[in-house]
Amino acid sequence: MSSRILPLVAFIILVVLLVVGLQISDKKTQIPSPLIDKPVPDFDLPVLASPDHRMSRESLLGKPYLVNFWGSWCVTCRAEHPVVTDLANLNAVYIVGMNFRDESEDALAWLQRWGNPYDVSLVDYDGRTSIDFGVYAAPETFLVDPSGTIVFKHLGELTWDVVETEILPRVASMEVGN
Amino acid sequence: MKLSKFIVFVLSLALSVSVLAQSSPVQEPLVFESQQQQDRFDQLTKELRCLVCQNQNLADSDAVLAHDLRREVHELLQTGRSDEEIKQFLVDRYGVFVLYRPPVQTNTYLLWLAPLALLLIGGWVLRASISKRSALLNTDGQQDQTD
Repeated sequence: MSSRILPLVAFIILVVLLVVGLQISDKKTQIPSPLIDKPVPDFDLPVLASPDHRMSRESLLGKPYLVNFWGSWCVTCRAEHPVVTDLANLNAVYIVGMNFRDESEDALAWLQRWGNPYDVSLVDYDGRTSIDFGVYAAPETFLVDPSGTIVFKHLGELTWDVVETEILPRVASMEVGN
Repeated sequence: MKLSKFIVFVLSLALSVSVLAQSSPVQEPLVFESQQQQDRFDQLTKELRCLVCQNQNLADSDAVLAHDLRREVHELLQTGRSDEEIKQFLVDRYGVFVLYRPPVQTNTYLLWLAPLALLLIGGWVLRASISKRSALLNTDGQQDQTD
């Protein structure tokens, strides 16, 4: 009797594993960031629009802000651009664009062409700051609280769903907290 | 005659050198202080995962991120960091996923212990089936005798 049930049980276990595997397959490439609840990595970078000015981790302390890694070479950044623009129009949170591994001319032309949703864009030319943020794809978006701690990270294209369910509530709670 | 042989020799020599140059995987001119340092670099980049193409290591990958991370590893070697410190530098940023040899910790127990568990289950199933078959053989034998 058990010799007939055992293969069936094994088969059912395999089917369950297959279904679970299929369901998490698109999340499998997403690696949980070890930076959540950690301080923002140190950076001191030139401003894209006026390279003589620089901005650092310290100069952004005291308010919540979003760090959005983007490049003119990045197709998905173009895809999420309308969402970032809508978010910027709400004036709910300060948005820092991290223009990484990009030529500043191309970056400025990109902003000119599609519109500039960023309160400021910083130039991470050699991608060193992106490595400190653990960025391995583009775009990636980090939410930082007023004390300079990363509270949320989104990998890949930003969607309005993520803005509404993950970003805006967290920003609202920070303002209440203060 | 001798001259033409010489020319063929020189040509084949030049050819073999160019083939060698092609096969060496030098994408960026990273300069090392010593052979020992280069060996450590090779060892480290083999054990670190490229996060863009997740089934390749840093040594093999041609992704932009892999280039940058090789540069980073190279610089950390130059500043005299130990292998452990260099691995920790990357783990701090990318998590233990970056290591091809993950440490034994709560969220990797399954990874480390599953093979052992499967081996034990397999052994148990094998033993059960063998004892069953031998019992079956014994009763067959008895039946043969009575027939």
